[in-house]
Amino acid sequence: MRPFDLSIPSHLMHAYLPDLILMAGAMLLLLWAVWRPESERHSRSIAYLAMGVCAASLAAVIFCWRVGFTSYNGPLAVDGFRWGCDVIILLGTMMTLAIAVDFNGRMRLVTAEVHVLTLLAASGMMLLAGARDLMVLFLGIELMSVAVYVLAGIDRRSGRGAEASLKYFLLGAFSSAFLLYGIALVYGATGSTNLVTIGEQFATPAVSEQPMMLVGLALLLVGFAFKVAAAPFHMWTPDVYDGAPAPYSGFMACAVKTASFAALLRVCLEAVGPGSERWHLALWWLAAATMVVGNLFALQQRNVKRMLSYSSIAHAGFLLVAVTAQTTDGAAAILFYLVAYTLATLGAFAVVVALNDGTDGPTDIGDYAGLWTVRPGLAMAMAVFMLALLGFPLVGGMGFFAKWYVLQAALKAPAPQTNLSIILVLATVVSAGFYLYVVMVLFMRPRPEGAVAPPPGSPILRFVIAASVTIILLLGVYPSPAVRIAQRSAASSFVPAPPRVATLPVASPP
Amino acid sequence: MRSLLNALHYAEWILPVLLLLPLVGAAVIWIAARPAPHEDEREYGESHLGRNIALGVLVLEFVLSTGLWWAFDPANPGWQFTIDFPWLEEWGSRFTVAVDGISLMMVLLTTFLMPIALLGGWTSVRHKLRTYYALFLALETGILGTFLATDLLLFYVMWEIMLVPIYFIIGIWGGDKRIYASIKFFLYTLVGSLMMLVAIVVLWRYTGGTTFAYDKIMAVAPRTGPAALWLFGAFFLAFAIKVPIFPFHTWLPDAHVEAPTAGSVILAGVLLKLGTYGFLRFAVPLFPDVVMIPWVRDGVLTLSVIGIIYGALVALVQTDLKKLVAYSSVSHLGFVMLGLFAFDERSVLGAQMVGISHGVSSGALFLLVGMIYERAHTRQIAAYGGIARTVPMFSAALALVAMSSIGLPGTNGFIGEFLVLIGTYNVFPYLAGAATIGVVLGAAYLLWALQRIIFNPMSNPENRNLSDLNRREVGVMAVIAVVIVWLGVFPGGVLDRMRPATQRLVDRVHGRATVPAASALPVSVPTLPAGGR
Repeated sequence: MRPFDLSIPSHLMHAYLPDLILMAGAMLLLLWAVWRPESERHSRSIAYLAMGVCAASLAAVIFCWRVGFTSYNGPLAVDGFRWGCDVIILLGTMMTLAIAVDFNGRMRLVTAEVHVLTLLAASGMMLLAGARDLMVLFLGIELMSVAVYVLAGIDRRSGRGAEASLKYFLLGAFSSAFLLYGIALVYGATGSTNLVTIGEQFATPAVSEQPMMLVGLALLLVGFAFKVAAAPFHMWTPDVYDGAPAPYSGFMACAVKTASFAALLRVCLEAVGPGSERWHLALWWLAAATMVVGNLFALQQRNVKRMLSYSSIAHAGFLLVAVTAQTTDGAAAILFYLVAYTLATLGAFAVVVALNDGTDGPTDIGDYAGLWTVRPGLAMAMAVFMLALLGFPLVGGMGFFAKWYVLQAALKAPAPQTNLSIILVLATVVSAGFYLYVVMVLFMRPRPEGAVAPPPGSPILRFVIAASVTIILLLGVYPSPAVRIAQRSAASSFVPAPPRVATLPVASPP
Repeated sequence: MRSLLNALHYAEWILPVLLLLPLVGAAVIWIAARPAPHEDEREYGESHLGRNIALGVLVLEFVLSTGLWWAFDPANPGWQFTIDFPWLEEWGSRFTVAVDGISLMMVLLTTFLMPIALLGGWTSVRHKLRTYYALFLALETGILGTFLATDLLLFYVMWEIMLVPIYFIIGIWGGDKRIYASIKFFLYTLVGSLMMLVAIVVLWRYTGGTTFAYDKIMAVAPRTGPAALWLFGAFFLAFAIKVPIFPFHTWLPDAHVEAPTAGSVILAGVLLKLGTYGFLRFAVPLFPDVVMIPWVRDGVLTLSVIGIIYGALVALVQTDLKKLVAYSSVSHLGFVMLGLFAFDERSVLGAQMVGISHGVSSGALFLLVGMIYERAHTRQIAAYGGIARTVPMFSAALALVAMSSIGLPGTNGFIGEFLVLIGTYNVFPYLAGAATIGVVLGAAYLLWALQRIIFNPMSNPENRNLSDLNRREVGVMAVIAVVIVWLGVFPGGVLDRMRPATQRLVDRVHGRATVPAASALPVSVPTLPAGGR
């Protein structure tokens, strides 16, 4: 561990290198993408180059991670948690790019810029993961969101895509306004946009009980809740994920969520701190409502993409349980959980793409019936993803340990979240209703008469699916390496918010 | 025998081998028995290689496990054959497996019933064979792992994992309502087991988040107060659903009836015992003061007696033979829970004995139902009658197994029920009296069914052409008959092995210090030397 000093050029490089590689790569690729006439081959080569840029950025992240600096309180955090989130985001981006290569081929989508947009969104996410200043945070959110709005509607021929994009844009802009207003109010109350300074100010009753501060924090939370798709701010999710092209639905469900959770967690640990009952209460209800709503609504979905989007809402609820714990252990749990969630969800979307027949309609679960008899590998992979999302041990791989990690973080917190844990467990039982339904349809329903076997996907798609399954299963048998990394990187991260001086009595969480 | 086993260092490798062998077998089947390219796997006639490999592995597994019988030290109430590997060091969970008197007989029951079930359902599965046999082998690993784990997290993982093969076995190869039955089974079990997971996490917190080892958790688990009560409640729910105790039993008839023959045998014979094993191993010894709270104990006892009588009454009115057998399980498992919660040394021993003999007889009943179903394609009792004339071997086997299920002296069923009843009579005479009604009803439904199936005039002309049991089926039933009589006449070897661990459990519940030397039972049960001991 070395003390970090932004004025030393090599330290400055460490703070920005991965983001700069990604952004510069995206810019160069943008030029190259519009330089050549549109063709499928060109589009594919851009996708592979984009994956290369991600890989280079990933290498830089790992390089910076290994140097290991102590936390400092500058505008861009340089700590293990940021690098961990960056790895997950880049992993998700690379998977998305790979799935998109296959998907765009199926749909005859020849726009090469789409891959550049993915990179731009990823750079916004990486900025978000490291933001310790509300302005940087807002910058990251906008950079990410604008690119993702376009991605949702990238298929210009699709009415459903256009609807999704417009819906996402209008509601997203609305939530950004909430967030910005919240930032303004918090700045008004504390005189700073730096999270650490806000945390110091918030520790004094003069600020923490000030209405302007409380309203500001509430608006901030609403903005975040929209981005992570937490109930009751989740209404847009099913429509957008269903209408958007499958690879980008997966991208929204995984990478966008990862980045937003990273930012939310940093706000929770550095600016607000575990002492604030009001904030804690709001998070508690957000988590409980999200788990209940996500799982209950997913039960009645017969469209796989909609089911997966409600499942992503449900998982936002599970992640919020770890956020509610407001400990670094909870942060480690979130890192671990997001790895499992990203692999399983993007893997499931990859299977959705593999079963796409080139039409732009709802993905009816009936098309999956008896898949096992014609494509056993694909069916088993989907079963592993479903069981991983359910959190089943061994066959669900690391999904179980992810849920277990969240559960133990919630129960080990200074204020044990026993009730929330029980809601989590009951919600998991409900979720078995729809995850197992998919497994049942895949394996136990007969294949409809006359249904043609879906053609085998392209090698890159099969590679993505096989790699996700392998990682999920391996880390499900022996998760220790990943756990150790998550624990170590979360423990040395964050500038903890100072304890609060005094508080007015507020109803304690149920 | 013992010196031979020692020379082989038997104790050092047996448990990991028992756990790994079926998995290796499953992988071999999956690879070796795959259908030829482009051949439709759904068609009957694909290679039977998988079946033969599965049988070979299961028999080998049984042969290997019989060594436990001799190598086990009956005087030692603690863990034996312990194997310990580091697993999740960050959380303090280790891969620890061991055997004690309570799990020994369960392990042997499992390894005995698995090949029997496979042979009994030899021709009942007709499609997707390699997957079926691979899953069947994986199931054995899951079950054995649950019985052997002495680390709570490992136990939980094994407890859940065993659900998956049985879920697929019911859901893919089951009867008409198989999908409904399999999902119901899965969800019921999941509700209980996830609550147990929360309880395990809380118990783990009591150790400071350092270990899941059974003995260490037992030392720190809260004995009294609301925390102990809630934790017990979570464990209770998980195991009560599995047993099943009376109001939690509704998954059982569906799952047992819809499962293919081998699946029903394993469900009834072994999976239900996982619930009672859970009580013996976790719920009771971890919270000895909670189970002695009068309302808790009385509540469980009352539910057990309700289960005994209710199960028997419902079995009495069934028209479907397989459903009758399924409900008889509810009744028998009520006996197990009654004996267990009476917390008399004899009754707890008897409870385990009922568990073992229920595994054998109920498994055999399901096998016989499967055999006759394959011939007549109906399970309706009314469709039969007078078939003793056409299928004498089948009828003889059915009669013998029914007698053992009723608890005729000289068969395995008698020992357990008798021990439970006298043990309970000491403490709760009225409950013992009520349970006796269950025994009478048990005789009623089975004898009545017997009369309607193999005796009575032959009303259905189709039954004139039924073929009798073939050599394979006779062989299977002969092995079962030997075990039925052996357990009924010489139960001493089994009881001796269970006694020290059971006594320690009962002493713990009553807050007594364990007497080191195992005292003899006041009841005179024949204790002949078993095997080459």
